[in-house]
Amino acid sequence: MPEITMPKLSDTMTEGTLLRWCKQKGDKIEIGDLLAEVETDKATMEMESFEEGILTELFVPAGAKVAIGAPIALILGKNETAIAPGTPAQGPAKATAPAAAAPATSPLFAGRSRSAIPGRTGTTSSERIKASPLARKIAASRGLALGGLTGKGTGPGGRIIAADVVNAPLTGAAPAASGAPGIPAIMPTPITGNPETQIPLSNMRQVIAQRLLASKTQIPHFYLSIEIDAAPMVAFRKEFNTTGTKITFNDIVLLATARAAMEKPKVNAAFGNGVIFQYESVNLAVAIAVEDGLVTPVIRDAQKLSLAQVSAAVKDLATRARDKKLKPEEYAGGTITVSNLGAFGIDQFCAIINPPQAAILAVGAIVKKPVVNEHDQIVIGQRLNLTLSGDHRVVDGAVAAEYLGVLRQLLECPSRLLL
Amino acid sequence: MPLITYRKALNEAFAEELTRDESVFLMGEEVAEYNGAYKVTEGLWERFGSKRVVDTPISEAAFLGLGVGAAMMGLRPVVELMFWSFAYVGFDQIINNAGCVRYMSGGLINVPMVIRGPANGGTNVGATHSHTPENFLANTPGLKVVAPATPYDAKGLMISSIRDNDTVCFMENTLLYGDIGEVPEGSYTIPLGVADIKREGTDISFIAHGRAVLTALAAAEILATEHGISAEVVDLRSIRPLDEEAILNSVAKTHRALLVDESKPFCGISSQIATLIAEQAFDELDAPVARVTALDAPAIYSMPLEKLQLPTAERVVAKALTLF
Repeated sequence: MPEITMPKLSDTMTEGTLLRWCKQKGDKIEIGDLLAEVETDKATMEMESFEEGILTELFVPAGAKVAIGAPIALILGKNETAIAPGTPAQGPAKATAPAAAAPATSPLFAGRSRSAIPGRTGTTSSERIKASPLARKIAASRGLALGGLTGKGTGPGGRIIAADVVNAPLTGAAPAASGAPGIPAIMPTPITGNPETQIPLSNMRQVIAQRLLASKTQIPHFYLSIEIDAAPMVAFRKEFNTTGTKITFNDIVLLATARAAMEKPKVNAAFGNGVIFQYESVNLAVAIAVEDGLVTPVIRDAQKLSLAQVSAAVKDLATRARDKKLKPEEYAGGTITVSNLGAFGIDQFCAIINPPQAAILAVGAIVKKPVVNEHDQIVIGQRLNLTLSGDHRVVDGAVAAEYLGVLRQLLECPSRLLL
Repeated sequence: MPLITYRKALNEAFAEELTRDESVFLMGEEVAEYNGAYKVTEGLWERFGSKRVVDTPISEAAFLGLGVGAAMMGLRPVVELMFWSFAYVGFDQIINNAGCVRYMSGGLINVPMVIRGPANGGTNVGATHSHTPENFLANTPGLKVVAPATPYDAKGLMISSIRDNDTVCFMENTLLYGDIGEVPEGSYTIPLGVADIKREGTDISFIAHGRAVLTALAAAEILATEHGISAEVVDLRSIRPLDEEAILNSVAKTHRALLVDESKPFCGISSQIATLIAEQAFDELDAPVARVTALDAPAIYSMPLEKLQLPTAERVVAKALTLF
């Protein structure tokens, strides 16, 4: 017997205004039907139903402000009844009425105690989604609604646990926020004469879609590119690898990124609610391509590691990422990200910031090209292009430029990374 | 490193401190000439003499009070209770005096005393000899409570307890006295309030103290070999001060907590830890906090039933499996 609650539609949302009901009491509801329009702190959003049945109760009138998680409506399936026999039907419903006059959150909870009655006395499933605190936390951090996982929990008593949120092929747990704020998402329709295959979104694709859409629409990106002399790196790596420990160019870039971020900590930051979070240590997120997507596991305190340790950490994360063996906490807590497409032959690109971080470094391939040396001669150089995407709310151009300068110094004299 | 018993490890701690500090002395029923009811003080009377190792009458209230007075005057008494179960006649001395004097004197008077002895069930000595009162004592601000599980921890914690300037209630276990483990020669300390991860794991945290640590370790082994579940075992070692950080870190790592506690469940140590986790690690939990404790009844005299009353590895495994 699903009770519909006010969803969390943005990172900073604490309550939403129910602007308009799109359905009336008594309407038949299908999964995906538009239920209501909700105004959040950021935008007006459409709220879809994850449930099917009859819209039996509307607990809140249009215009009311509602706290996240507070019940707003009740959808009953076949053979479900809202109220145990003998329970006064009108009492709690009246309790919601003052919400219209004084848009406050407290009267809404009256709806909860009322609908809890059949959950306890009847045979219908509980209206409250039974999920572990950790599962709720992970779902919230990814902007997923748990409603779609109802009945699919694998914990004791059908509880939704962390693994269900992380691993399940989620056709149901749809992103709580879809589409750019305020702008209806443009959806494809079948094209005559060109039949399509509809590939269901994996959980990973959903998360990528949701987070990167949020990043590109909410974070004011700017981009700075530099081309550095990679010849010292090439020589350094060749010499280093004679020691028996093999490192990659990317390992060198990763450690330099972390060390440089310690020198210019303003890039090792995130835009918070009214504050900027500036971190003391670099938790380096590394973009790793896997089947059907990419993941960004985190190397904690990366600046404290040696090159060999960074190399080993990346290898381990990449292997386990491809085997889907990474744990949720290994994705969490990154403070800056590196994405390297050099191995795919990309010389230069601009990456989308990995929210809520403030910067991402896009690393291209080392390419041989003619360069003008200090004697004004054209010689063959080894060049590497780095592009930093910054969140302009946190980092200004000059700060990002200084950061790239430090990074250049490290990479053009990579033996400093041995210190 | 020498392999010695838990009993011998404690004995070495006393010998080290009696040698190092003239203000340290031992007393209790039969601790001197008889070498201790459980032989924990064996040889010490012979070595250190009647002034340092003192036999007392059978009157816990009296000699606990003597200990409090001696400690207030600057000595460091180590008072043996033949059983912690006998402490109750001396609770006024322990709680009202030892526990409150520093506070009530405005910090002018310390009571650097160790009260020690076995505090365990499971030995078929009946309800009045089988109490595990660590929760009563840990409930008293001003007292410290320690419960080592291994010979190594017993020696290091005992030396720290003797040197501590507050009264430390040191809970031993008769079933552990014969356990053998590696213990360094000479003196070393283990700070009070620092837990020890006795086994690393990723899927569930067993949090225990005293002999329950060994039960948890046995259960962890069964879970690993038979069920592919990796359990971490957190040995609290000291109950007050409590290493909250170690508990919370482990729960944040495994997302499941099972508390194993040989004391009773009602208002027990495990209740306190469950509260801590609920208050400070709620969002890390992927399953409810669970407990395996002594069954909530006076210690059962029937031997087969008594064995079932205390936590067993099988009970721990069965409870753990309900959390996945």
